[in-house]
Amino acid sequence: MDNLLEFLFGRDVPGQLNILAQTLLPAIWETVYSTLLATLLAYLIGLPLGVLLVVGEPGGIRPLPRPVMKTLNILVNILRSVPFLILMIMVIPLSRLILGTSVGTVALLVPLVIAAFPFVSRLVEGSLRDADGGVIEAAQAMGCSPGRIIRAVLLPECLPSLITGFTTALITIMGYGAMAGVLGGGGLGAMAINYGYYRKQTLVMYTAVILLVLLVQLIQSLGTRLSSAVDRRDTRTAQRISLKGGEKTAL
Amino acid sequence: MITLTHVSKIFPGGESGVHAVQDVSLHIAPGEIFGIIGYSGAGKSTLVRCINLLERPTQGTVTVDGRELTSLSEKELRQERRKIGMIFQQFNLMTARTVAQNVAFPLKDSGLSKEETAAKVTQLLELVGLPDKAGSYPAQLSGGQKQRVAIARALASDPKVLLCDEATSALDPQTTASILRLIRDINRRTGITVVVITHEMAVVKEICHRVAVMEKGRVVETGDVFSLFSAPKEPVTRSFVSTTSNLSKAEEFIAEGAPLVALSPGQVIARLTFARGNVGEAAISQLSRQFGVDANIIFANVDILEGTPLGGLVVIFSGERVGEAIAWLSEKNVVVEVLKRG
Repeated sequence: MDNLLEFLFGRDVPGQLNILAQTLLPAIWETVYSTLLATLLAYLIGLPLGVLLVVGEPGGIRPLPRPVMKTLNILVNILRSVPFLILMIMVIPLSRLILGTSVGTVALLVPLVIAAFPFVSRLVEGSLRDADGGVIEAAQAMGCSPGRIIRAVLLPECLPSLITGFTTALITIMGYGAMAGVLGGGGLGAMAINYGYYRKQTLVMYTAVILLVLLVQLIQSLGTRLSSAVDRRDTRTAQRISLKGGEKTAL
Repeated sequence: MITLTHVSKIFPGGESGVHAVQDVSLHIAPGEIFGIIGYSGAGKSTLVRCINLLERPTQGTVTVDGRELTSLSEKELRQERRKIGMIFQQFNLMTARTVAQNVAFPLKDSGLSKEETAAKVTQLLELVGLPDKAGSYPAQLSGGQKQRVAIARALASDPKVLLCDEATSALDPQTTASILRLIRDINRRTGITVVVITHEMAVVKEICHRVAVMEKGRVVETGDVFSLFSAPKEPVTRSFVSTTSNLSKAEEFIAEGAPLVALSPGQVIARLTFARGNVGEAAISQLSRQFGVDANIIFANVDILEGTPLGGLVVIFSGERVGEAIAWLSEKNVVVEVLKRG
């Protein structure tokens, strides 16, 4: 019986429960805030970059010189082709430079953001490419400036797809963050590696993994719901929204 | 109101590029409804985009309301574009905005207060017959309603010109008719100059005053709708004209040897085209009495264009004095084409 328990959950189950009680909540919190913060920072760079990749093209809303576009594309591709684990190691000096330390959750934001923003820019690019060219053309015909077209037409029209992309980004960045546990990050990933792998405390590892799975499920279903809630292209949702808040959204 | 001078548009591609528009010069007068008709690929959509410079002409100049658009900076051009409304085949409404928000969109930076904007939107939606749809999203509307919203939006900045790019091509015939009526009403009420791009002769017939026929990037024929219909010169114009009447069917019938057009000796089958002012059965009955010729009308088509009837008949004549009868008709300015003799 004891053998089976140890086989399933590792050594010292009561001790592991104790560890869980002490570290679980802080670990969840660390995962959540580092993921959110990294995603936000990644969008701070990746969203404008993604917009630029679309509007700067020849024939785009605000065409940029070809060499500029080429450089941007190559830069994004280079950053995207470095595996995250290697990137983390490569930017350790940079983390030290920016934050004075290379360990801990905050320090790992640096590689996380560097790894995530090119990915985010491609997600944004993909969303914006699906925009209806006719609507953009109509806005141009009305005499809108490129800036207004981006802010008032392109981004709002693509909002459902941008939200879907944001969901994907959150989940991917959470995965990166968990991986960062190897290099002294915090959160659920670090918990799984430190206790489950190094100390054979399997119960802690399982718990951490299950929580990661639950978080992913939660983010995905929230993202999907939000995306379809703001989508007015579908007749039925449009109906629901305008019935609910017609006067609010009328102007 | 609109003057195009030697406008050409060449897109890159192929050895010497794609010549979408070639050396087009047009003058469109204030207040007129001007049609540009052509088959797909004739360059008419590119041409209309050259008017508001959505496509910048490779050569030539474009002048709208006294300003040469081709000489303006991007910023000045944007200002001028507010005077040129445009509607599209696919309506191009913003899906994320309500009907009212779509119509209010061009009014931003127009100096109107929020209340004035709201009042103007209400007024525009009444004009297009959709006062109750302000809070709806485009996805909830039918095609015809969407085009009405697009028209309201295009008119919001009080433009002097309205460009319609295949605006009714995605609509069913009844809705097409109602949208065309709306455009004509607006033209009459406000005196706005309208340019209508279409591949349907029925659209031209319904609302245009003058029309240009395009083929392979060139304008091959221009004229008022009546003369174009009554006396098409170019083959492409003739083929368009024939799409709106059933008279051309006679030729198919003859080619097939259909029993309807089988002739006994001495009979003649002919197509009669009436020009301005001489339409009517009177010519036929007079001809019967005067020459003792029987006229069997197998196809007839009379249109009212700009208030003037225009029509044609396909007739089988029989009798001794058919030749004389035909000569008499020609004197009466009826164009007689003998299709077949029995």
